[in-house]
Amino acid sequence: MLISNLMAARAQMALSLGFHIIFAEIGIAMPLLMVLAEWRWRRTGDAIYLQLARRWAKGTAILFAVGAVSGTVLSFELGLLWPSFMQLAGPVIGIPFALEGFAFFTEAIFLGVYLYGWDRVSSRAHMLAGLIVAVSGAASALFVVIVNAWMNTPAGVTVDGGRFIAIDPLAAMRNPSTFQQVVHMLLAAYASTGLAVAGIHAAVLLQQRGAHVLRRGAEPLGPRTSGAFHRHAMTVALTIGIPAALLQPISGDGSARAVARWQPVKLAAMESLVETQRGAPLHLVGLEIPRALSLLAFRDPDAEVRGLSAFPRDEWPPVAPVHVAFQVMVILGTLMALVCTWAALTLLRGREIADRRGLLGALALLTPAGFIATEAGWVVTEVGRQPWIIGGIMRTADAVTPMPGLAVPMIVFTLIYVGLAAVVAISIAWLVRETT
Amino acid sequence: MIGLPEIIAGVVAVALNAYVLTGGADFGGGVWDLFASGVRRERQRELIADSIAPIWEANHVWLIVVVVVLFTGFPSAFSMLGTVLHIPLTIMVIGIVLRGSAFVFRSYGPYGRNRWGRAFAIASVITPLLLGTIIGSVATGAVADATDKIGGAGSFTEVFVAPWAGPFPAAIGLFALALFAFLAATYLTLDAPDEELREDFRTRALAGAGAVFVCAALALLLAHSAAPRVAIGVVGALLIQASTATAAITAIAALWLRHYRLARIAAAAQVSLILWGWLIAQYPYLIPPALTIRDAAAPAVTLRLLAVGLAAGAVILLPSLQYLLRTFKTKRRA
Repeated sequence: MLISNLMAARAQMALSLGFHIIFAEIGIAMPLLMVLAEWRWRRTGDAIYLQLARRWAKGTAILFAVGAVSGTVLSFELGLLWPSFMQLAGPVIGIPFALEGFAFFTEAIFLGVYLYGWDRVSSRAHMLAGLIVAVSGAASALFVVIVNAWMNTPAGVTVDGGRFIAIDPLAAMRNPSTFQQVVHMLLAAYASTGLAVAGIHAAVLLQQRGAHVLRRGAEPLGPRTSGAFHRHAMTVALTIGIPAALLQPISGDGSARAVARWQPVKLAAMESLVETQRGAPLHLVGLEIPRALSLLAFRDPDAEVRGLSAFPRDEWPPVAPVHVAFQVMVILGTLMALVCTWAALTLLRGREIADRRGLLGALALLTPAGFIATEAGWVVTEVGRQPWIIGGIMRTADAVTPMPGLAVPMIVFTLIYVGLAAVVAISIAWLVRETT
Repeated sequence: MIGLPEIIAGVVAVALNAYVLTGGADFGGGVWDLFASGVRRERQRELIADSIAPIWEANHVWLIVVVVVLFTGFPSAFSMLGTVLHIPLTIMVIGIVLRGSAFVFRSYGPYGRNRWGRAFAIASVITPLLLGTIIGSVATGAVADATDKIGGAGSFTEVFVAPWAGPFPAAIGLFALALFAFLAATYLTLDAPDEELREDFRTRALAGAGAVFVCAALALLLAHSAAPRVAIGVVGALLIQASTATAAITAIAALWLRHYRLARIAAAAQVSLILWGWLIAQYPYLIPPALTIRDAAAPAVTLRLLAVGLAAGAVILLPSLQYLLRTFKTKRRA
């Protein structure tokens, strides 16, 4: 066997979650964008906003459906791959999952109303339906991330000999990681999706400019010509993306401090800090900032940060991937915040972003940045939790199903997800191009 | 005695029933997409797509509710099913993924409707077959037997294949497929915009009813050796049997006489009664003959919270669902 059963199960779960998380983020943020566009249309009477709302609704239909089915896969995979985990943890974390089920229900119901009800319900009811989709999307994320937070820092259980002798599901929901993880995930969804949509339209605007310049010499496009659809799209997307991307570093700081306090070995892996030291420096892309880690993690430049060597070797997470993923997340998050500051300043000075070539270029380049940062952040929190499936209570190796040959479903799901991703990408590209 | 575990198990059963009547019929629609024929072939497909498009995702969530309440309220049962039935569950999940994705790509994507339509139709056949197979294998008691052999005497085939790869689970798979196709055709007689299409689906509904009858007979025949406990239970619950037969005859008669509203209600009743017939025959077992509802139940604190959560959820869910159905049953405003 080329790959152990445990590794195959972990790979399949990681792939499924890594695939689903992108669609989940889009499912949280995209309904907000389409409602905003529709609202702008009703306020301004500008038909382009209506066109935009309808186009985004089509895109949302595709992305939501793929998100819904990939989420279904996950709910089954919990039992297919980790039956012992579910047997132990089901009664503790099932409540948020059940609530998530209802949130998902309202999402699906009102998305149906929104997508197919343009000429069946009143305009007020239509916008309200869209808003309910947006709110239930955020609620779904809240409940699911609560479960993940509990796996990181379990609370509400009394353990005896690997069994739970007393459980308190409500206390489990209020575990130490819940608040920071939920905020970080929601901001990630709005920042990633907002900037991805803005980036796509910025790229089209740049291309149109380029084509225009080639055709007619050096004269740039005026503000009210054919690019209006893409300009409007970019602006609406940025009204979500900019605030989220600017708030994300603050939330990241809070998350890092919570990790320092509750999951010290994960922090050590993130920074690949081997020896415990006072006044620990922060490493960022080869730079060493003295005492910064101590300062960031504990608000004290001389604070002691525990290194990996302070923990038993068999409780270390895989250090290299966690460390690299953390760097990737921080760098991309910082770039997103910087470009958003630039865009915010441009808007505050009353300038059109579409007239700024450099800014358009920067936005276009950042199109995938949020999603890559999300994947990296997910690697930090999930790989950083290993070797535990429930922090300090149950090892991942003890949770895996006895079913042999897990490499087979792993390969099958990989092929399905690669295929789905390709078709989704082509469909979205086709939808974006339809007007131009 | 009826306590909290029985109530939560009842919720699982109700959600499964709702899934069968709504999501099941959506799969049945896909079956008729595959068997679309005659001069109105494309119009049949359009009608199927139009009638399931706004609601299939909401209908699908019933399955999520079944899964989630099962693993919260009865974690050991969920764990046992996920382990022994890994292979059919995985294939069913793949069917669910392909059905849903193919359907949206076909509605919104750039490529021809035909290619995605075919994928949608095939996935719509696979999923009910597997769902039925899974239910059939639980009823035989083989899942529980296989669980005992894990890590010990059992070979791979004995533990992970034999429990579901038999004639009885296969018969229940076919039975589920026939039921869903029958339901879908009956529903579509009401959704059809004109007489010709309505007649097409009336014929299909009657054919579906015939298929249901054949599959039921086959399943019952096999049940006596494969799942004697359930067979005795099913035959024994006379009241349920009599009601099922009445509903079935009513559905066929109503279709024959073109009373489509009555046909829809009778068909839904018939399918629900078949499901409850199985559940009652199995009672008090979740997974016979190893796990009863009480054996598998989560601690009381979880069940109480779950009950509160489900009640609160229902307060939001039921009016929303009603709103959805009302919106798409009325004529367009513009």
